Amino acid sequence: MTSTFRTTVRANLAKPEVRANFYRAMDGLMTRRLDQFPDKAELERLRTQSMAIRANALSKLPELLETLEANLTRNGIQVHWAETPEQGNQIVQAILERHNAKSIIKGKSMVSEEMGMNHFLEALGIECLESDLGEFIIQLDGETPSHIIMPAIHKNRVQIAKLFHEKFPDIPYTEDVDELTQMARRILRDKFYATTVGLSGVNFMVAETGTLCLVENEGNGRMSTTAPSVHIAVTGIEKVVESLSDVPPLLSILTRSATGQPITTYFNMISSPRKPGEKDGPEEVHLVLLDNGRSNIYSDPELLATLRCIRCGACINHCPVYVRIGGHSYGTVYPGPIGSILEPQKAGLDVHGELAQASTLCGACSEVCPVRIPIPSILNRLRYDGVRRDTANTNTVGSGKRRTLSEAATWKTWAWAATHPTIYHAGSTLATHFKGMLPTNLGAWTTVRSAPKLAESTLHQQVKNLGVDHE
Amino acid sequence: MPPIPDTIYFFGTCLVDLMYPQAGVSAMQLIQRAGVKVIFPPAQTCCGQPAWNSGYRDEARSVARAQIALFPKPIPIVIPSGSCAGMMKVHYPELFAGQADEAQALDVANRVYELTEFLVDVLHIELQDLGEPVTVAVHTSCSARREMGVADKIESLLGQLSNVQRVEHARKPECCGFGGTFAVKEPEISAAMVLDKVTHIRHAQPDRLISQECGCLLNIGGTMEKQGDAIPHQHIAEFLWERTSMASTSLSQRTDRSLSVVEGNTTEGTP
Repeated sequence: MTSTFRTTVRANLAKPEVRANFYRAMDGLMTRRLDQFPDKAELERLRTQSMAIRANALSKLPELLETLEANLTRNGIQVHWAETPEQGNQIVQAILERHNAKSIIKGKSMVSEEMGMNHFLEALGIECLESDLGEFIIQLDGETPSHIIMPAIHKNRVQIAKLFHEKFPDIPYTEDVDELTQMARRILRDKFYATTVGLSGVNFMVAETGTLCLVENEGNGRMSTTAPSVHIAVTGIEKVVESLSDVPPLLSILTRSATGQPITTYFNMISSPRKPGEKDGPEEVHLVLLDNGRSNIYSDPELLATLRCIRCGACINHCPVYVRIGGHSYGTVYPGPIGSILEPQKAGLDVHGELAQASTLCGACSEVCPVRIPIPSILNRLRYDGVRRDTANTNTVGSGKRRTLSEAATWKTWAWAATHPTIYHAGSTLATHFKGMLPTNLGAWTTVRSAPKLAESTLHQQVKNLGVDHE
Repeated sequence: MPPIPDTIYFFGTCLVDLMYPQAGVSAMQLIQRAGVKVIFPPAQTCCGQPAWNSGYRDEARSVARAQIALFPKPIPIVIPSGSCAGMMKVHYPELFAGQADEAQALDVANRVYELTEFLVDVLHIELQDLGEPVTVAVHTSCSARREMGVADKIESLLGQLSNVQRVEHARKPECCGFGGTFAVKEPEISAAMVLDKVTHIRHAQPDRLISQECGCLLNIGGTMEKQGDAIPHQHIAEFLWERTSMASTSLSQRTDRSLSVVEGNTTEGTP
C-alpha cells in the first residue's frame, strides 16, 4: 500500500523548482551557521552548557511549572492549562468572546499551528491574520509552514511576487524583496492598532521571575504583543527554564544555530500586563500552556531528550532528507528530524510512525543540535517501539502497531541464518557460486543503480588461502 | 595511545564477505605486513545492524550475541567498516544494557576499531607509494564520520601516498542515501540523494572513488554503473594494498570487481 507520506514525497521530489529552492536556502543557512562558530571548542562548550540547562529544567519540570505559574500569576499574567489542542482553542475562544473580538493578529507561533487555531477560529467567524512575513505569505496562498523558523522557505522571490500580484492586483508588480516586504508591512501596520487581541508564541519561560521571552526579527512580534489591548501567548509546557541566567546561553546558541545571526533583532521579555502610568502594552496578558502528549514523552527517560528542543531548526537545515522532500512532505506541523521524533510521539506510531523510518540515521541532525538531542537514537527507539511485542513496557502511543507478520518473519529467518554459521556460509557460498542466476532487477534498488554483484568467492573462502589464523 | 598488539581479531562484515572480499583480504594483508598476527574467526556472520536499525532488537541481540562469543581474547577487533564498527562499539552497549551478558558486550565494544582508525592510531602504519600518479575523491561514511569520529583517518592515510592527489567534491560530508534498509524502504528519497552525490563526485573528476564503507560504495558505485560511465571505486584497504605492494603479484587473486576497477582506469597505468 502506498502511504500518504510516500505519495507526497514522490510528488514533491518531482518538483524541480521546489527542490532547488530548498537546496539553495539550506546551503546558505548551513554556511551562515558555520560562520557564527569560528571556534569549534567554544561551540562545543556552549552546546554542553545549553544541553545542561534544558536537561536541568526537564528534570524538575512539574516543580518549575508550578513556580512559573505562581510567579506569572503574581505578575498579573493569567495562566491556562490545556491538555489537548481542542482545550487550547476553547481557552482562546473564551478570551476572544469575553472581549467580543472578531479578529486576532498573530505573531509567529508553531504551537498555534499545532492547535490548528486559525482553522478553528475562522470556523467561528473570527479573522486570524498572520503578521510574520513568512506566515503572511503562506497564509495568502492557503498553505501551512514548511519550516519551523522560515515558514515560506519553499517559495522563491518570483513565486512570492506573483502571489502578491494575484492577491493585491491594485499594487504594481515587483520582484524587489524590499518593496515586497514594505507592501506586507503597510498592509499589516493598521491591523495592529485596529485589533483587540494579539497572539504570540514563547521561546523561553523563566520560572523564577515569571517572564515570557520572545525572539523575533521583524518587529511584528513586539507589535502583536503590545499594540492590542489583550495579549495571548501560547506555548508547550516544556519551554520553561529555571532562572534568568539560563536565558543568555540559550539565546546565543538559538539565533546562531537557526539563521546564523549573532543576535536577534528583537528580544521581548514580557513580565506583566500594562501597569498604571505605563504608556503601552496590553491591559491583559494570558498564557496558554499546551501539553498535547508532552507529559507522556516526559514519562520516558530515553525519550525525554525530545523535549530539550529549543526550536532553532538547525536539524532541519542540515537534514539531507528534508532538503530533498521539503517540509510539506512530512504531513505534520513540525517537519524534518525534530518532527520525525516529535510527531510520532505526539500523534502515535500508528499515525506518524513512518516518519521514524524516513532517515538514513546519518547523524547530521544530532551533530548540529545545540542541545545535543540524540535524534538518531530516539528514531531507533521509536522504530523499536513500533514493532515491539512487549508493548506493556512502553508508554509510546501506538506501540507495536507497525509490526507485520511478514516483516517479523523475515527478521526471524535472517536471525536464524546469521546465528547458524553453517547455514549462513552455505547460503553465501551457493549465492556466489550461482551468482549468474541471481535476478538483476531488484525493484526499487535497481531504479537508479545496477544490481549488486556478488564476488567470485566469499571472504570466508579466500581467508583460507591467506595464512590467517582460523581459530 | 594503545600499544601495538601482537595479534588482532578481524571481523569481515557481511557486505565485504559477499561483495567486496578483496577489501577484507587487503585489510588483513596490511595488518600482517606490519608484523601483527590476524585471527579470522570462521563462524562470524553479521554484526546485527540491519535488525537493530529496523527495530527488531531481539533478533539483533541474538545475532550480536553469536558474534560476541567469537572474540574471547583481550585483543583488538578490527573492522573494515565504519557502520559495523559503530554497531559494535556504540550500539552493543545499548542493545545489551541490563542483559546477563552485558559485561561481555561492553568488553567487545571497548576493543573495537574501525580499520583506518586502527592503521593510523594503533599501528602508526607507514606507507610507501609504489603506484603511478592518480587523483582520488574520498567518500567518508556517516557512521565513520559521526558515530566513530574517524573521518580524518582515511585522509591521513591517503596523505601518506606521494603519487595520490585528493580532489574535493561539493557537500562531501552529506549522506549518500544508502542507510541500509533506508534505500529499500524509502527508495525515492534514497535515489534523489545518491544521484546528487554522484553528480558532485563526477564534477570533481577523480580517477577513483575511495571509501571505508562498502555499503556507500555499493550505492554510489551501483548508481554510476547504471549511468554507464562509472568512476572506478575501491575500499580504502584494497587501494592502500595495491599502492604499497607489488600489485602484479596479487592481480591473479583479484575478484572480477577489483579487476574491472583496474581495467576501467587505463590512464593510471597499473598492470
